[in-house]
Amino acid sequence: MEVLGLLSDGFLIAFEPLNLGLVIFGAAVGLFIGAMPGLGSVNGVAILLPMTFLVPPTSAVIFLGAIYYGAMYGGAISSIMLGIPGASTAVATTFDGRPMALKGEADKALVAAALASFVGGTISIILFTAFAPPLAEVALAFGPPEEFALMILAFATFVGLGGDDIPKTMFSIFIGLVLSAVGFDIVSGEPRLIFFDLTGFSHGINFLVLAIGIYGIGEMLWTVETSRGSVAMSSATVSVKRTMAALKELMGTWKTMLMGSFLGYFVGILPAAGATPGSLMAYGIAKTVAKDPETFGKGNINGVVAPEAANNAASTGSMLPMLTLGIPGSPTTAILLGGMVIWGLEPGPMLFVEHKEFVWGLIASLYAANLFALLINIAFIPAFIAVLRLPFTILAPIIFVLCVVGGYVPTLDMHDVWLMLIFGVVGYLMRKLDYPLAPAVLAIVLGPLAERSMRQSLIGSHGDMMTFFERPISGTIMVIAIILLVMPLIKVIRQRSKGETA
Amino acid sequence: MHKLSTSALSLSLAVGLATGTAMVNSEAKAAKGEWKPKKPIEFVIMAGKGGGADRLARFIQGIIEKNKMSPKPLIPINKGGGSGAEALQYLKSKAGDPHVILATLNSYYTTPLRQPKLGIDIGGYTPIARLAEDTFQLWVHVDTGIKTVKQYAAAVKKAGKKGWKMGGTGKGAEDSLVTAMLMKKIGAAVTYVPYKGGGKVAKELIGKHINSTVNNPAEQVGFWDAGKSRPIASFTPPGAMKGKWGTIPTFEELGYGKDMVYYMQRSIVAPGKIPDAAKDFYVNLFEKVYRSAEWQGYLGKKGLIPGWLTGDKLQDYFLAERAKHAKMLGK
Repeated sequence: MEVLGLLSDGFLIAFEPLNLGLVIFGAAVGLFIGAMPGLGSVNGVAILLPMTFLVPPTSAVIFLGAIYYGAMYGGAISSIMLGIPGASTAVATTFDGRPMALKGEADKALVAAALASFVGGTISIILFTAFAPPLAEVALAFGPPEEFALMILAFATFVGLGGDDIPKTMFSIFIGLVLSAVGFDIVSGEPRLIFFDLTGFSHGINFLVLAIGIYGIGEMLWTVETSRGSVAMSSATVSVKRTMAALKELMGTWKTMLMGSFLGYFVGILPAAGATPGSLMAYGIAKTVAKDPETFGKGNINGVVAPEAANNAASTGSMLPMLTLGIPGSPTTAILLGGMVIWGLEPGPMLFVEHKEFVWGLIASLYAANLFALLINIAFIPAFIAVLRLPFTILAPIIFVLCVVGGYVPTLDMHDVWLMLIFGVVGYLMRKLDYPLAPAVLAIVLGPLAERSMRQSLIGSHGDMMTFFERPISGTIMVIAIILLVMPLIKVIRQRSKGETA
Repeated sequence: MHKLSTSALSLSLAVGLATGTAMVNSEAKAAKGEWKPKKPIEFVIMAGKGGGADRLARFIQGIIEKNKMSPKPLIPINKGGGSGAEALQYLKSKAGDPHVILATLNSYYTTPLRQPKLGIDIGGYTPIARLAEDTFQLWVHVDTGIKTVKQYAAAVKKAGKKGWKMGGTGKGAEDSLVTAMLMKKIGAAVTYVPYKGGGKVAKELIGKHINSTVNNPAEQVGFWDAGKSRPIASFTPPGAMKGKWGTIPTFEELGYGKDMVYYMQRSIVAPGKIPDAAKDFYVNLFEKVYRSAEWQGYLGKKGLIPGWLTGDKLQDYFLAERAKHAKMLGK
């Protein structure tokens, strides 16, 4: 096995004292960056990039790779504990992580997130090690029709969920789609839906603004209303016994972990998709295939496991098109790519031939980064839990400040902060009226991707819709999506006919 | 209190007199142009994260950081909305602020031309330096078997407008102008499909989702080296490109005329009305970048043409290019 030989050479590089130290340091820094709302892996890597000129290029990329990984772990922490997505990739983790914390199961949710991240990360690196070049071909086979089919599949998983009110879900998706259309038209470049001629709308509505508004501010308003005078926010505890019990329960979620890992990795490979759509899709599928879909959104452990396994797997996946094709699979890898150019490493098809030691050193260090991120994360869980036991009167202002900072940082525009506050109030009201909010977040993330790929496909086919069905890959995905969409309808009809015969 | 301040004043006067010569010297120096940034410099990029312009800007930031050329760091900020309209509006609002600079590309002229409502006049900004001119080539997948412009023209005509897809980065973008120029010349028509960024366009060609592209060398060089894509001809004057890039025939050499040339400028500008001393600081800074081994090495490898230009000459160049683009866009 040539691959194993190369990998063991890679481990020799990864375990050099300097590199190993950078892996541990990077994973710890990343964990913190990921946990801070608004400071995702993109910002972390961008801020620390200039610092890496002090070390050799391979060590520099290893360091940044470890930050990327750590941030994927860290994003889950504030999602679970505060209900604010720490990074865009951890939005889906709030859906069930936050309800778990409110039920007093914060420790279980954190352990689940850490373990799922580890499993997702490990599976994806193994896939990367074994099949990098052939999978690059898969990425190439994905043109606009295939991308669009995948987006429809993602929407279908959210509509086809049992338990939710389908008209309300559709409404939520459409609101998200309208918001995602704000900004400049992607084909003609004309301004579109610039409300009240405010220039702040010209850069579109950043979906973190929506997510932090709905989940951070909205959640806080909700808690204020429901908890009233109660002192503690949740009865969070942690003990070895509880952690063991949590691990035991997690064994039962292995199917979800595997599904999230493979799906996340695959979505991550496709250029322009990345970890955020991957984690949202994993959540949708986990809910669709679950026996108890109605418990999702109310603290189902599978709802934490699926997106967390997927976002870590996708972060490895998105390195694949970057290294093999020179095209970043996510915003963070785009920054990494810029760094590699400065260090004189040319990403692209020739990298695996010309810079073997770099590629395999990076892959080997990802294994190490994954392990250390898990250990550091687990070690800090008691500290996180202690934060949760703060009285709500102290915690609420902190959450509020973090939300405002998180809304401001990505664009440095006060406009987005006001918008976020408005979304917070709207989100609270929607929740009172029992509208599902996750589909709106999904729509604002996937809306631009779906629109672009649909218009590219139709320009290419001169308006012929059959282009989505004629090609083998996109046709297959489309058919699955349509089956998922009509499934709830069939269920309803079946139940009715059963009722009639009985 | 009053006494104290008087004595303080006289003391400072005495010190001033004692170090008189030194003071005069440094003051004269300051007047001559010893401006230094007092806080981090905002380095605005008129395109989104991860595209060609963004990568280049971050590369420049890397050179400055690595060689410690600036006393304060440059902070890249992406303002890519509306083909750079967002960045240009921002620069306009920052008139007189010496801590903001902008990395430009050709949307610097095309965006204000296409959206006159924005009310942007690039003549009002302060030109700093042109660092390079990027070039364009016509690319196909090697599996098409096309090797010459003649074969290319024949294949496009045979396939017809509906059958031939040309990838690009959007209506009014540089590659769409070059595509229009090429199609007019060979008397054919294609379907132009817009993607997000030149890197994505290059990937779509390799995945055979489109039939040809007009890409920058940096976007295709990896696939060319790997034997997947092939440059048919270059939109440059003969002899302008060196090394392996020089082996690609130019349209002019192939007899398609001198007008088959198109460049993408890579320049730095500052807001209008900044102090002359600050302008001098930036010109000096980017001259160091331009002369650095990293920059010169990058130019050669990525097929960019060195083209240092500054001051009034650069402003004249911008205005001439604007006039040229107004004509191309039919405005």
